[in-house]
Amino acid sequence: MIDRDQVLHVARLARLELTEAELEKMADELSGILDHVERMNELDLDGVEPTTHVVQLENVLRADTPRPSWPREKILEPAPDPDEGAFRVPSPQA
Amino acid sequence: MSDVLELTAAEAIDRITKGELGSDEYFDAYAEAAAGDELGAYLWRAKPGTSDGATGELNGAPIAVKDIFCTEGIETTAGSRILEGYRPPYTATAVRRLAAAGAQVLGKTNMDEFAMGSSNENSGYGLVRNPWDLERVPGGSSGGSAAVVAARLAPWAIGTDTGGSIRQPASLCGVVGLKPTYGAISRYGMIAFASSLDQCGPLTRDVMDAAILLRVMEGRDHCDSTSVGIEGGVELPSRTDLKGLRFGVPRELASEAEGIEEGVREVFERNVALIQELGAEVDECELPHSAHGISAYYVLAPAEASANLARYDGVRYGLREGASSGTDSELASMYERTRTAGFGPEVKRRIMLGTYALSSGYYDAYYGRAQRVRTKIAEDFATAFERFDYLVTPTSPTVAFELGARAENPLAMYMSDYCTVPMPLAGLPAISIPAGLAQPDGGGPELPVGLQLVSPAFGESGLLDAAHAIEGAIGFDARPVGAAA
Repeated sequence: MIDRDQVLHVARLARLELTEAELEKMADELSGILDHVERMNELDLDGVEPTTHVVQLENVLRADTPRPSWPREKILEPAPDPDEGAFRVPSPQA
Repeated sequence: MSDVLELTAAEAIDRITKGELGSDEYFDAYAEAAAGDELGAYLWRAKPGTSDGATGELNGAPIAVKDIFCTEGIETTAGSRILEGYRPPYTATAVRRLAAAGAQVLGKTNMDEFAMGSSNENSGYGLVRNPWDLERVPGGSSGGSAAVVAARLAPWAIGTDTGGSIRQPASLCGVVGLKPTYGAISRYGMIAFASSLDQCGPLTRDVMDAAILLRVMEGRDHCDSTSVGIEGGVELPSRTDLKGLRFGVPRELASEAEGIEEGVREVFERNVALIQELGAEVDECELPHSAHGISAYYVLAPAEASANLARYDGVRYGLREGASSGTDSELASMYERTRTAGFGPEVKRRIMLGTYALSSGYYDAYYGRAQRVRTKIAEDFATAFERFDYLVTPTSPTVAFELGARAENPLAMYMSDYCTVPMPLAGLPAISIPAGLAQPDGGGPELPVGLQLVSPAFGESGLLDAAHAIEGAIGFDARPVGAAA
């Protein structure tokens, strides 16, 4: 179960705005999904190692030699507000 | 012209080599067919007359590409309004490899937003219709790619599979869909959903075409450190029998699976008998934890997605909404308003679910537990493969469902992936091939049913070979109403 206040808290963490109606609906839907997910609690998983990745990863090494990276203007091209070679954003303070 | 559209890609490429078909003629036949798309399956299409001609082993063959793959200079949205108008500065490795082998991008196909969905109803650019019945879904999330191959609007296509997003739409549209082993094909330039599960793969008319595309696309890529390629490469399939092979039928994903329709069950049982007739030994087996696959998947995939989708914040690309005035932080307000306006309901739901599962106090109960279930699911497969060469299950519990049927019930939609979710959790390759036609429960039109085969990791050559033998014996030759005959 997840209640309205928890949904509101999670929405803030996820940077999403939900209307009052959306909050109620989201709480219902997430509760339904979590009920199903909690079936996992039937399993005895003591001592089982968690899987983070399915392939055996190896370190990939290369010589640290300088090489050209993406041209700045190409990366800035799709940006909503490029300015003087940077991504401009609204003030974090005001 | 319609004759050209009936060829498999391998047949057409062969004709071009022999000089019996012009590569531009082949490209244009499909560019014209794609221009007439009434399924909503394409988001962008190449114009007739834009072929560069035959090059490489693929002789200039056109290919449809799911809109999740970055294509330099061509709008790439992943089905999301938050990326509307985005023209990537680079092309995904999988698409680059196809181009290097001589394939040409015919179009970008519609999909569920950020690959989250099983019906293609979650696209920000409209739904896709199933060519077998326009009132039904094509499956998802690679619904556009499956629909164009089935409807003869493309000879073949690529898609991505995280929990079934290649195999389930392939099953619902009556085409072949292969999810390779995790790490077989580079994920560079493939817009990320759940990075430990996402894998690129082909959707084709037959198994041979799938093998050709896998052979071209697989391989290590220095831009994706999780890509390892398939050691020894991919052999093209030739088998016509299954002598000496052992097939396991996992009870939990077949006879005891939740929600299997009667018609699907009948087709599946017929296929299992056919596998025996082809000389294979068949026996039941267990994958005891696979019934918990959906639970583990719908924690792990949303958790990874919530982190991956944090990048859509209105700063570097895509949509930006202005901040509200009078807030503590205009920047925070801009983030929130951009994400709220740009993401659709299913994407928001999954971000919420994933953020909750990763949040302080719940991490061990959900994410940690799901990772342990993932280990148990992989162990179950390893045990089964001590006795069997391949496992066989239905791909989808049901045939294509009606538009809107599961749209209001997220959990019912998630159960569409019941038979396809365990394989990516274990990183294993699996293929769906057209297995016959069946009516939905309660009656209706005859619709395609898929058969899923699973092999140990990096066993693609053998998997394709076995699928080729079964495909030949099934002899599926039905086609959607209205597709060129």
